[in-house]
This record gives sequence, C-alpha cells and structure tokens, in this order.
Amino acid sequence: MTSLVKAPPRVPRAPFGRRGLGGTLLRLVGRRLLAAVPVLAAVTFGVFALSAASPFDPVKQYLGSAALTASQETLDQVARNLGVDEPFPRQWWNWLTSALTGDLGESSIFRQPVADVIAERIGWTALLCATGLAAAIAVAVVLGVAAARRPGGPLDRSLTSLAYALEAAPSFWVGLLAIWFFALQLGVLPAGGLSEPGSDTITPGGLLRHLVLPAGVLAISQMPWFLLYVRQGVTEALTEDPVRGARARGLRERTVLFGHALRSGLLPVLTLIGTRVPEVITGALLIETIFSWPGMAAATTEAATAADFPLLAAVTVLAAAAVLAGNLLSDVLYCLADPRVNPEEL
Amino acid sequence: MTPLQPEPGGRNPMRTRVSAGIVAVLALAVLSVPLFFPLDQQAVNLRETLLPPSWEHPFGTDGSGRDVLLRCVYGLRVSLFVGIVAAFGAALIGTAVGAAAGLLGGRTDRFVMRIVDTFSSVPHLMLGIFIIAMFRPGVWPVILSIGLTHWLSTTRIVRAEVLSLRGRPYVDAAVSGGASRIRVATRHLVPAVLPQAGLAAVLLVPHAVWHETALSFLGLGLPSHQASLGNMIQDSRGTLLAGDWWPTLFPGLFIIVPTLAIAGLAGAWRERLNPRRRSELML
Repeated sequence: MTSLVKAPPRVPRAPFGRRGLGGTLLRLVGRRLLAAVPVLAAVTFGVFALSAASPFDPVKQYLGSAALTASQETLDQVARNLGVDEPFPRQWWNWLTSALTGDLGESSIFRQPVADVIAERIGWTALLCATGLAAAIAVAVVLGVAAARRPGGPLDRSLTSLAYALEAAPSFWVGLLAIWFFALQLGVLPAGGLSEPGSDTITPGGLLRHLVLPAGVLAISQMPWFLLYVRQGVTEALTEDPVRGARARGLRERTVLFGHALRSGLLPVLTLIGTRVPEVITGALLIETIFSWPGMAAATTEAATAADFPLLAAVTVLAAAAVLAGNLLSDVLYCLADPRVNPEEL
Repeated sequence: MTPLQPEPGGRNPMRTRVSAGIVAVLALAVLSVPLFFPLDQQAVNLRETLLPPSWEHPFGTDGSGRDVLLRCVYGLRVSLFVGIVAAFGAALIGTAVGAAAGLLGGRTDRFVMRIVDTFSSVPHLMLGIFIIAMFRPGVWPVILSIGLTHWLSTTRIVRAEVLSLRGRPYVDAAVSGGASRIRVATRHLVPAVLPQAGLAAVLLVPHAVWHETALSFLGLGLPSHQASLGNMIQDSRGTLLAGDWWPTLFPGLFIIVPTLAIAGLAGAWRERLNPRRRSELML
C-alpha cells in the first residue's frame, strides 16, 4: 500500500553542519589528541614493564665497572637517586609525572639528561626524514604517472619490477652500494658525516652535499610503495568520467594526466604518507648508522646495547608519538583533499 | 616495513614457476651445503683476504679471507630459520588473538583491538630493539623480538575473517544443531581462516628475514662472528671503503632474490585463494 501523504521535501544539508570544514577538522585533531594520551601512556607502561622484566640491573649499568668495587651503601644510594628501588608501577608513575614537566631522567651511557641527548639529535633526524620523504613522493608521482599512462606497457612493467626489487632490497645495503659508487668510484659526494674531514664547521652548501646521499637512499627505500600507489590510483582514474570528459574537451594530455587523473589518483597516496611514518623512522635509523649522520640512530642502538632504559623509553615514546601524528596528518590531508569525506566520521 | 605483497598483474604461470624454482634451489642449498662443506664460524685465512671473484671463490673472499659464497649460504640458512620460526610464531599468536577477538566480540574485542592499536603505534624495529636489549645476543632473542612484534597484521586479518564467517548459514546451522561454542570455533571457524592465516605467515617470512638482517646489521642481532647476512654486510663496511665491493654486494643479493621469490609464490597462492581481487594492491 502506498501512502497518500507526500514525503517531506528533502532539505539539502550544508556539508559538515554548522561548523564548516575548519571547525570539524579542529574537532578531529582534538579528538585524536585525546585518544593519543591513553595510547602513549600504555606504550610507556609497556616499556617500563619490559625494563622491569629485563635481567639488567640499572644500578650496575649506571656505574659500569665501578659497580664491582662500590660498597653496598653506594649502590643503595645510586638506586635511590635513580629511583629504581621502588616497584615498577611506582617508577612508571614517577617517570610519567616528571616527563610532563620536561624531565625525562638521566641517560646512563651519555651521562647527560635524556632530554638533552634527544634535543641535540632530533633536528638532524627530522631533517633527514622530511627531505627523504619529500623526495620519495616527488619521484614517485612523476614515475607513477609515467607508468600509468600505458598499463602493461614496457615502461610500466620495468618501473613496477624496479619498485618490487627496491622494496625487497634492504636500505642499509643500498646505502653502502651508493657510498661505493658515488663516494668512491665517482668521488662526487661525501661518504658520511656533516662536514669535510678535518673541519668542524657546517656550511649550508656542505650540509646540502652531505644530505644528498642519505636523503637519496631514504627516498629510494620509501619510493616503491608510493610509486605503486600513484600508478594504481592514476590507472583507475584514467578510466573515470572526469578524465574522459577532459579528453573530450580536447585538453592537452599533460593537463589531463596531472590536472585530472593525478588529482583523484593521489587520494590513496595521502593515506600512505601517514601509514609510512614507522617505515620512514626505521629507514632513517638504518641509514643514519651507515652515513654517520648525527641523529637519533646512534643514540638508540647504543642505548639498546648498553640497556640504557631511560633513553630507550623516551625514544620509543617519541617514535610512537610520531606515528600517531602521521596518522592524524594523513586524515587531515584526506579531508582537505576530498570534500566527500566528513571528518566527523573519521 | 610493510610486508612485501605479491606483484600485481593476475595469473602469471611463468613467474610462479621461476619463483618456485628459485625457492627450491635455495632450500636445497641451505639444507645440503652444510653436509658437504662444513663452515668453521671462527676460522680466518689471512693469506687469502679480499680475493676478487674467481673460479675458486665465485663471490670472492672477505677481509678475513673467508669465502663469501659459503658464508652467504650459511647466512641465508640462519636468516631463513629465524624468519620462518618468527613468522609462523607471529602468525600463530595473531590467529589465536584474532580468532578470540572475533569470536568473543563485545568488550574483549574492543580491548584486544586497543592493544593492537597501541602496539602498532611503535615502529616494529624500535620495539624489536627494545626486546633485544633485554637479552644477550643470540638466535632466540632475535626470533622473540621479531615474533612478538609482527602478530598484528595477522590478528587484523583473522578477526575480520571470523567476523564475516560468523554470520554464514553453515555456522548458524551448527549453532542451531546444538554445537558448543568451542566446537563451532575449532570445527567451523578456525579451519576456515587457516588459509588466510597461512598466507599471512608466508608473506611474513621475507619480512622477518629483513628484520633479522637489519638487527644484525645494527650489531643487535646474531653474535658478530656468526655468518649471517646482516653481519656480513656490517663486516664489509670497512673493506667497501677500500673499494672492494664483493663482500657487500653478494649478501644483499641473497636477501633480495629469496624475498622476491617467496613473494611471487605467495602471489600465486593468493590468486588461488581469492581469484576475485578487489584491488591489485589490497588497498
């Protein structure tokens, strides 16, 4: 039976309600920041549980060989100073509350506050990661569009195979081969560090020359997935109506490719930026080691070999925060790029 | 690093055959070579250091006069052992946790997925380094560190699969036939997700191998005298700066080739499991 009462006319709703896009995005950021608090707290708790379960005695780690000759009073005193004579949930709580005031404890291998150890190094790591990621995306967009123009063609097949081979190649191995080729065979780029041998001054030009190889290798190790995503996105977009329409209007091929197909093909790539943050951090860790880059990598591996848990805990939490920030960044980018996505639903 | 996914492009019998051939040859090599050519892990031969590739030493010798080819095979052997044990261990944890979350649902499910989210917010290698830091260097700490950090993807896959199977008619039929919860789980649901979980485990193997080499390269993995692909690349850094490329190049190829071959085989397997793919890259 059909109703005789007419359905009320549909009132077109303004997208995102009263707040507008900016307001909903702010709410998204706020919600994510709130959600990040328990996750980060849980990560620190796990880290403390692991260090409590570890067989290493933090007092002996701190004192090194001096622990063999130290008296019991000294050992107790050090334990009290380090705050490790208490049960680990208590230690965790102490650490968490003092971390909120910026005091991250004392690193036992660097004999220096953890906050200082990190502050000296994090800028270099951030520079390397940002340059590498930007270069990876730029190269991947160009190559991905080129591959997508003729799916299954010779260029597409060789680029796709190259991407899979590069993805299988360990970045530290690629880095060593790059040193061999560019620094030893061609002698055009420095093999590592920040300044020329025998000098300590860092000049902008010198820094750029020293950045090329590490950032290039990081870019190469991150490029494959971006290339494959761009290729996939653009291949699919090329069969869609807007592209056909643009072709029918007689637009230039380049305009069609970059102005129409790439724009909708880039959407999945935006998500990838955020989800690749852990891999970028991992890659930077390995690549910094090869190129003697003065970032977080050396501190992390030394902290791990010497069981320096205060430093390791801070580095782990920092990495977790970076991953969460990356996820948020890609959601925000996605909302900005695709008007159909409602931030309230993310 | 995301586990390497099989190449897109649909069925490709040629690639499957080549991959299978490579895997067979390498498996035969790592199983049989130790029977005929024992390797003294500590031995050095200072009269034969850094010989370039020749008939006698096809991949040359390293800075301590050790044959690179023989050490590559031994390195691949230990890497594959670590990779396979860690990957299947991780897949086992993932299947158990994912099936439990999917079956119990409700609060348990939400709690488990929270834990999964927390775990995935820490880069695997960082968490792995943390676990390694608790032990002395050796094979089992490396396996533990890789296995305990890689169950997340399998958990997600198995949970999703269980959730979609729970509503199927044959499960309803079993429930209305009076089957207990445990029987439904063990007879009807877990066997149905096993192919997916197995595929996830196989895809994890190259990834676990990569992790082992990365940890060894950082000096946190296997003991440094042991022939392992990561240790070999680490050892070769000094000789590379003198211009001798072969101790670096070949161990890397021994990582890339098995990785691509296993990914090729896994691709063929996935093709069989699920011929209708939503997307080539499983976006």
